[in-house]
Amino acid sequence: MRIVVLVKHVPDATADRTFDPADNTTDRAGVDGLLCELDEYAIEEALKLAEDRDADVTVLTMGPEQASDALRKALQMGAHDGVHLLDSALHGSDAPATSLVIARALERIGSYDLVLTGMASTDGGMSVVPAMLAERLGLPHIGFVGELSLADGTVRGRRDGDSASETIEAALPAVVSVTDQINEPRYPSFKGIMAAKKKPVETWSLADLGVEPAQVGLSAAWSAVESFTERPARGQGEVVTDDGDAGRRLADFLAQRKFV
Amino acid sequence: MSFELSADHEVFRKVVRDFAEAEIAPHAARWDREHHFPVDVVQAMGELGLFGIVAPEEYGGAAGDFTSLCVAIEEIGRVDQSMGITLEAAVGLGIAPLMTFGSAEQKERWLPDLVAGRALAGFGLTEPEAGSDAGATRTRARLEGGHWVIDGAKAFITNSGSSITSLVAVTARTGETTDGRPELSAILVPAGTPGFTVEPAYDKLGWHASDTHGLTFEGCRVPEDHLLGQRGAGFRQFLATLDDGRIAISALAVGLAQACLEQASAYAKERVAFGRPIGANQGVAFQVADLQVMVDAARLLTYKAAWLKDEGRSPAAVKQAAAVAKLYSTEAAVSATRVATQVFGGYGFMEEYPVARFYRDAKILEIGEGTSEIQRLVIARGLGLPVE
Ligand SMILES: Cc1cc2nc3c(=O)[nH]c(=O)nc-3n(C[C@H](O)[C@H](O)[C@H](O)COP(=O)(O)OP(=O)(O)OC[C@H]3O[C@@H](n4cnc5c(N)ncnc54)[C@H](O)[C@@H]3O)c2cc1C
Repeated sequence: MRIVVLVKHVPDATADRTFDPADNTTDRAGVDGLLCELDEYAIEEALKLAEDRDADVTVLTMGPEQASDALRKALQMGAHDGVHLLDSALHGSDAPATSLVIARALERIGSYDLVLTGMASTDGGMSVVPAMLAERLGLPHIGFVGELSLADGTVRGRRDGDSASETIEAALPAVVSVTDQINEPRYPSFKGIMAAKKKPVETWSLADLGVEPAQVGLSAAWSAVESFTERPARGQGEVVTDDGDAGRRLADFLAQRKFV
Repeated sequence: MSFELSADHEVFRKVVRDFAEAEIAPHAARWDREHHFPVDVVQAMGELGLFGIVAPEEYGGAAGDFTSLCVAIEEIGRVDQSMGITLEAAVGLGIAPLMTFGSAEQKERWLPDLVAGRALAGFGLTEPEAGSDAGATRTRARLEGGHWVIDGAKAFITNSGSSITSLVAVTARTGETTDGRPELSAILVPAGTPGFTVEPAYDKLGWHASDTHGLTFEGCRVPEDHLLGQRGAGFRQFLATLDDGRIAISALAVGLAQACLEQASAYAKERVAFGRPIGANQGVAFQVADLQVMVDAARLLTYKAAWLKDEGRSPAAVKQAAAVAKLYSTEAAVSATRVATQVFGGYGFMEEYPVARFYRDAKILEIGEGTSEIQRLVIARGLGLPVE
């Protein structure tokens, strides 16, 4: 059995993130990057599933050179091997293009039983790649799963909504995205860090995948960032001192800003 | 020549730092206040592989280098000295003697759980009346019907009474040498052996979340094969154990000094007095600058000693470097906590800020695993001085 986990290298959310003024894409060079924290839940889930059965965990990322750090971290946590989709033509790719390239890569991997992803990337945050990918591959998709199990060629996932929880079953192979409620991701162990150095990572270009450069990248994107402005600096808060009428003044404050 | 740790060491440092900041730092003040030894966190450090860094693979270790162990101790010690010493003692005093001197059966029986962090072992050398002068050990063990019968007492033994302590190695007089001196040997005593009593935890100045007990032995019987290493080799064995331990204690001190540097320099930038940050005063800024010097020097001495050990240099060279590093780093750490609390002013005296805890935790570093005076003695003797 093989489980493929899709992971993304994203700018550190605790750092000052910005756009590259040259082409309005996310600035990935100027900030430290890391493995998207939401993807760690997908890796953990895959590792737990793999521990219970004879399964291999492959981690796959699409991104520039430094995205290999995300693969490395996943391998340190315990994944078995990695695939890096790397091509300068990929810069600026949107979600449809990303899902196209990953779909081709999964076809090239060939035999896999489950594709796991995080619930969103912490930079783009659209949560659409898993569904687009499933559509392209003609596979079932269960999104935002908070509990997952495998049995006889099927996957079961529980989605927790505001008013109800649904349990959905799908035939394998399937694409499943997991939430940050599903588990507690492990830290890489010292042994895991040592072992990761010897684990295989393959790098595939667009040519390897049979994707035309014109199908991806900024010029092929369905949407574009026209312009961006810095978030305005946070203003001073307003202190309401209670002279007997604080309740009214608070209500007025909220009403003025249309909160109530 | 390189003064940097390898990229692998830095990757590992980042993981331990993330762990320490998420799983230890937020709780350290409470554990300290409640004198609570957090067994679950010890076991989580075990899952991270921290107890098995240098242990052989056949016992579940990673056969890594001593430098990596120092990195781990430094990073844990940067947020919590109690958990730092728990790790240091577990490896340096618990696992190391077994690994170095234990028989195949002893290693097989005890090491896997110790290496995984599921169990802890203590090393009982110090006695109420034998500390620096550890050769003055009074505890006795005599062979009787295939068993060692142990009588005596040990003082201040780390990791000796926790709920997961599996054994304590104790030094005892097992006879006399031909020239009439006491013959010292080390014997393994499993936790719970009848006649082995763990006294209530000490009330300490610092290291509140570390497990320290006095131990009493009254007719305590363990099988003859519980002898650790050779009969009569106790003195030589513990001296060898202590050399490595001193490098590790030095790393613990570096973590503490580093924390003081970070916190004092952040506070000096943000605390305002007389209309400007206190760091605008040379009187404050220069003290923080001195901290940087102390941290750098302590770190270089520590990792140089670790490097000599990893390179397999002569025991004499490692011994000297370990004593130099331990002496300097621990004294630097005590100075650093004094500077940091001073920079924090009144707040430095409040338990609300970690620097107050650091101040209490620092002093023991100049005492445990050989006092500063004993380090100076070792260094002077290494120089060939005829010092007594
Ligand atoms: C929290 C804690 C944890 C500990 N954990 C352990 C442990 O796990 N295992 C263990 O075996 N021990 C442990 N110890 C004991 C520790 O190693 C000893 O306390 C230390 O070695 C000093 O011994 P002492 O307390 O008997 O002091 P003493 O030896 O009585 O020393 C008193 C003073 O005299 C000085 N002095 C003594 N001899 C000389 C000399 N020749 N020249 C100059 N000055 C000298 C000392 O430096 C010191 O300043 C621990 C201690 C503490 C406080």
